Amino acid sequence: MKENNNKNHNGNGQGEISGAEAVINILIAEGVDTIFGYPGGAIMPIYDNLMNVEDKITHVLTRHEQGAAHAAQGYAMVTGKPGVCLATSGPGATNLVTGIANAYLDSVPVVFITAQVVSTLIGTDAFQETDIIGVSMPVTKWNCQVKSADEIPEALSKAFYIATTGRPGPVLIDITKDAQIQKLNFIYSKCDYIRSYNPHIPLHMKEIESAAILINHASRPMIIAGHGVLISHAEEELLKFAEKTGIPVALTLLGLSAFPSSHRLYAGYLGMHGNYAPNVLTNQADLLIAIGMRFDDRVTGNLKKYAPDASVIHIDIDAAEINKNVRVDVAINNDAKEALYNLIPLVNQNSYEKWIREFRIYDKTEFDTVIKKDIKPESGEIKMGEVVKMISDLTKGDAVIVTDVGQNQMVTARYYRFSEPNTLVTSGGLGTMGFGLPASVGARLGSHKKNVITFLGDGGFQMTIQELGTIMQYNIGVKIVILNNSYLGMVRQWQDMFFSKRYASTEMVNPDFVAIAAAYRIPAKKVSERADLESSIKEMLATDGPYLLEVTVEKETNVMPMVQPGASVSEIKLTH
Amino acid sequence: MNQEYTLSVFSEDHIGILNQITIILTRRQINIDSITASESAVKGVHLITIVVRTTPEMVQKVVRQMEKVIDVLKVFAHTSEEIVYQEIALFKVSTKVMMSGTITDQVVRYHNGRLVEVTPEYMVIEKTGHKDEIIELLHFLEKHGILQFVRSGRVAITRQVKELNTYLKEMDSATRSKIPESTIYN
Repeated sequence: MKENNNKNHNGNGQGEISGAEAVINILIAEGVDTIFGYPGGAIMPIYDNLMNVEDKITHVLTRHEQGAAHAAQGYAMVTGKPGVCLATSGPGATNLVTGIANAYLDSVPVVFITAQVVSTLIGTDAFQETDIIGVSMPVTKWNCQVKSADEIPEALSKAFYIATTGRPGPVLIDITKDAQIQKLNFIYSKCDYIRSYNPHIPLHMKEIESAAILINHASRPMIIAGHGVLISHAEEELLKFAEKTGIPVALTLLGLSAFPSSHRLYAGYLGMHGNYAPNVLTNQADLLIAIGMRFDDRVTGNLKKYAPDASVIHIDIDAAEINKNVRVDVAINNDAKEALYNLIPLVNQNSYEKWIREFRIYDKTEFDTVIKKDIKPESGEIKMGEVVKMISDLTKGDAVIVTDVGQNQMVTARYYRFSEPNTLVTSGGLGTMGFGLPASVGARLGSHKKNVITFLGDGGFQMTIQELGTIMQYNIGVKIVILNNSYLGMVRQWQDMFFSKRYASTEMVNPDFVAIAAAYRIPAKKVSERADLESSIKEMLATDGPYLLEVTVEKETNVMPMVQPGASVSEIKLTH
Repeated sequence: MNQEYTLSVFSEDHIGILNQITIILTRRQINIDSITASESAVKGVHLITIVVRTTPEMVQKVVRQMEKVIDVLKVFAHTSEEIVYQEIALFKVSTKVMMSGTITDQVVRYHNGRLVEVTPEYMVIEKTGHKDEIIELLHFLEKHGILQFVRSGRVAITRQVKELNTYLKEMDSATRSKIPESTIYN
């Protein structure tokens, strides 16, 4: 195959500005004001030019490229703007890969710019050369290598367009060092059209009408909404649609905050450690209306026994998601907002009081058997659930919540009451331990909320603990809550339940986290007694700037309920 | 139930497309029976023809995942009945062997082979057809000794009326209407 569109790139070094300066000008033209990154040999020309625009672009130097990638994702998730992340060639680029894959699985727009060795050295195993295009191909929405300065404007304009439109995702542009140094005649216009890529799918009313018929004839319908609702800003339409039809709304992990958890139609959180009612009743529903979600295996449990009595309407902007895991009856391959907007006038005003009462009965069972013990224990060690619940009550949902992965994440998803859209930043599809701390850096910089609170386990915290340095250097006011059980809690839970309590390599001997925070000049406190918990949380929330609160929690707790691997969602267990 | 499908992947002529397409099949553990890549009749549009054996459900899933690749314009999945297809094979055999008995006669008359080069030492025979016809000729010549053998991937033309150009125009047009499913997989 021939190179790049048969264009004749002379790259003769003539022109007004350097490729590196063009990159900076393009970032400004695309409205970028915050970027995350880490310099190195091959990307030095771009960094040199960044110094000239310090008044326009804030560059945050993380302590590892993976941290920069997660921070850019955290920033993108709270702002809705694309995150931007810079790294050098070779190890700089490969250190991004976990962050890129994480953004890919969770459909978050991040523009990754990596440097590459001089074009004449490509393919020779040069110093700090890796084939990052090949490496990142399966985990990017699109990637592209730029070998001469005059290719930079087109490549970057496409990168921003592709990352932010349709189903968003990460893109990677790999720019050789000589392309950064060469001069070009700089003209820039934003991309709004790519022949082979059409993110603006026209609506087919036939499918909308079919969906309305199914909805108007259903007797036990359930809405299952995901991240797509937040991405397309369809929260209001979802609320209207639910209120008009009277259909209960369950949310996926990444869908949390798309529907107010205090609403009478809120049916709870779906999935392996989700709520009892929506999991059990999925298998009694006669209609599932899936909106901006992808039937992930953590949501569906055993597919063969998933929603056996239900017709399925699937609204998703990504055609490849339709019929991928669950065969659907009506497929609306479209943006969630546009689809719901057109669907609302066609559906009947309705209510399903009897059906909703069934949810409340299961809710009560879950509360009595699980939740009460989790959030209001009267004796014993502190529970993760009561920490999250207390912070939820004290912030009244007016905060951005970030989590790491594992028990801390599941407990936060279960007990934090979200009331505003885009107030949860978590790693869903990839389940990346170490995500929480760096993601909170980006979330803090992107959000106007007084409180950005990140819940971490002692394991995940130590995977990216070096980002405390970033927090110190830029005085990033995140509230770090370490739920410390001295275990890799979720893995230990599985060992407990499925491996005869053989705790292979899950117990951790931890350092003094308060002393570590002190070394980074971050105020910190350790709480081990229930009596001190509330005052400590209040002190943390009242502190300006960063704060680290370590809470010693019960060592061996299992997050329940649980849909065990291979089980059906209706076989969800309340106790172990 | 596995079935043979011919995938026609039309894409922009960019480096790396072939890799992006094949990793979709690799992830799903679908073996590639044959693959051919070249420029299509439309200038600047590249065509990759891939033959796979898989289920009707799986072929739809991989077609959609291929179409999700940014630089891919359109992917068609056809069963063998829906297309006219050919493969080409070249055989190098010793001239001495070929001139003995009725071998050359059989190659040309019965197998529809064509002599593309004849030297005192060897002959090169070209055979165009379906895989089974080529294999038949291979078995025949094997008995007499083959110096070299090579078989190409499949090339295919669809029996459907709507042509790629129409799709491209539709994609290019301002309205950019999406093609209804029924016309894609028929």
